[in-house]
Amino acid sequence: MAEHIIELQDVTKYYGENLVIDHVSFYVNKGEFITFLGPSGCGKTTTLRMIAGFDLPTSGKILLNGKDISLLPPNKRPVNTVFQRYALFPHLNVYENVAFGLKCKKVLNTYRNDKGEEYTKKERLTKKTIEEKVKKALALVDLEGFEKRSVTTLSGGQQQRVAIARAVVNEPEILLLDEPLGALDLKMRKEMQIELKEMHRRLGITFIYVTHDQEEALTMSDTIVVMADGVVQQIGTPTGIYNEPANTFVADFIGESNIFNGTVVGARKVKFCGKTFDCVDDFGEGEPVDVVVRPEDVQMTSPERGVLKGEVISVVFKGIHYEITVQVGKYEVVVQSTESRAVGETIGLNVAPDGIHLMRPKYTTNVFDGVIDKENKVEFAGGKFDCDVTQLYPGSHIDEEDYLITAAGEKIDLTGTEVKVEVGLYDISISDDEEAGGTTGHIISIIYKGDHYRLIVRTGDSDEDEDFVFATEDLWNENDYVSVIIPKDKIKLTLKNTEEKKR
Amino acid sequence: MKVPRFSRKTLCIPYAVFLLFFVILPMLVILVYAFTDRNMGFSFGNFVKFFSDPTKLSTIVYSIVIALITTVACLLVAYPIAYILARSNMKKKHVILMLFVLPMWINFVLRVNAIRELFNWIGLLGQTNYFNTVFGMVYDFLPFMILPLYTTLMKIDNSLYEASADLGGNAFTAFTRITLPLSVPGIVSGVTMVFLPSMTNYVVSDMLGNSMVTIIGKFIYEYFGSDWHMGSMVALILLIVVFISTWLTGGFQSEENVRGANL
Repeated sequence: MAEHIIELQDVTKYYGENLVIDHVSFYVNKGEFITFLGPSGCGKTTTLRMIAGFDLPTSGKILLNGKDISLLPPNKRPVNTVFQRYALFPHLNVYENVAFGLKCKKVLNTYRNDKGEEYTKKERLTKKTIEEKVKKALALVDLEGFEKRSVTTLSGGQQQRVAIARAVVNEPEILLLDEPLGALDLKMRKEMQIELKEMHRRLGITFIYVTHDQEEALTMSDTIVVMADGVVQQIGTPTGIYNEPANTFVADFIGESNIFNGTVVGARKVKFCGKTFDCVDDFGEGEPVDVVVRPEDVQMTSPERGVLKGEVISVVFKGIHYEITVQVGKYEVVVQSTESRAVGETIGLNVAPDGIHLMRPKYTTNVFDGVIDKENKVEFAGGKFDCDVTQLYPGSHIDEEDYLITAAGEKIDLTGTEVKVEVGLYDISISDDEEAGGTTGHIISIIYKGDHYRLIVRTGDSDEDEDFVFATEDLWNENDYVSVIIPKDKIKLTLKNTEEKKR
Repeated sequence: MKVPRFSRKTLCIPYAVFLLFFVILPMLVILVYAFTDRNMGFSFGNFVKFFSDPTKLSTIVYSIVIALITTVACLLVAYPIAYILARSNMKKKHVILMLFVLPMWINFVLRVNAIRELFNWIGLLGQTNYFNTVFGMVYDFLPFMILPLYTTLMKIDNSLYEASADLGGNAFTAFTRITLPLSVPGIVSGVTMVFLPSMTNYVVSDMLGNSMVTIIGKFIYEYFGSDWHMGSMVALILLIVVFISTWLTGGFQSEENVRGANL
């Protein structure tokens, strides 16, 4: 078993009241190239900053070689960082920038005194040692001869190299890289990716890399940690994550995916897009599942031989392959193939069993904690919704003074009653008219499922937000500010257990 | 109808006239007066008289010493507060900064009078004249030191401190190798804005030094009552002192390196 150089144990981080890292645990093997991958705001940079020591975890532990370093200041940690915008010292030249860490360093030197006894002294590095090390580091990043240059006159790529040299010259156990290639153009980025990978091989130290670019992560990493919303979604090798995504988020974020709602109809048989397919995942019969099919796993064939039959509605040339969208009934299926097809042509489609990935859907219904107010509306997720409160007590009705009269004739004031609110995935709609619905929020996720979109709308403040998950056929944009509409009869209320006990 | 058009050249004319009449000509007049005697004949008399008179020489030395002490005191008081305000995440730090700068908005004579009354009340007036003068100057010029320091310190990117810590630097390293060198432009403009006026601000020295402290500004004022020629010579010498001190603090460097109080 490989040695764990860094281990996060149940780490949680709040910025003020804002939860950014939610009980994250994982480990990093010594010498590996590990990448934290996720969209912006997923907590990947915060995780890196906690390993570097710039942020301290609110709870949980960070172990370095088995020792707890959670509260150690950054200057006491054997890690060095390549910053997102390099953070080079503008008043120092290239040499002084790279030598900065070495000048701070003190090492134990052993001497022998006149009596032949050994003693150790903590000393700064000699000028000569520093000079040699800086020279070596600059050679590593191909910047020999740049010592006297001012860092402000360097190009982005050169500054990047100085930043890397400044970090690796200290011979850290771990090199942390916070989106280091983000500011470079595409060609430069590709070159640096290869160079960084080569540098990792030569130095043999652990690299922890943060990026939002899935291709970069797939190209460079030994291990990828996919993060979203402060939670680790999946940890695995690039091939593992690409071929076996753990959930629809990972499938959607990494590579292209067709995602459909499906139902398991028998042993290793799943029905989606109206047809039954053989698959390799085993789920209980009748279970609803998310079906993920990579576009390159869809084979085109003649209409007679395909399980699915549809019409080509668009063909886009992507350099190495064509991206062909096929309308199958009401579903859209995206296919990647080196062969082209004509728009309007009817073709057949097949998917091999190992090209079909089934996942347990993360969301089946929306559940909230609600309170009944004095107008017999239900308050939850930062808003008020009309609802039918009589469903709480079978056979009851509302009198003209808004009191609830039970079947037995008992008069109850429901104000303040705590209830469990359930809303189905297909019972929610949204509107850009802020007044139209009971509450408002931002769209935080959109996943296309062949014939509809699955949206998540997040309402309320960051500290007590609630998510609404639902299906819609309309196309919205992420971050749109919308109001959430739920028809009165679609809000299912049940009394909370505590209330039941009281009765 | 003809639209009047102004070229850039035309627009410059009023300023050129202003410069000619209010800067260049007065300088020439000073120069002429400094090197002439009462009969308007050319003479080095004033020059020789100034440098052979120990009182005059000691006055100019006193002025420089007072200005130096004032500047250093201002810097020592202003730096920590500017640093704290610039680096803190306090929400109300602009209010605190404004409170420090607020005295600038109150009439100068009023402020100095208030200090004088305060010294009178605690019995220091007429006792510790040099201390009183320096105290008044520091009080007066402090905002001019805080503002440029605050603006330069604000501009230092927090990631540089993180980089310093990441590379093994402790708080002392961060201050001596990041904060201090990067705040030099602020120090320079603060020093310039305090040192020069405090050599000539004789209102403070008169009122708080109980007229026992004479600085070079006072000298010029008094000579222009009686002997314009000597007054001009003193003014010219002051100009040279100012020129040298500006040159020493790097005030003639390119403008973008010297950031002023642009709040």
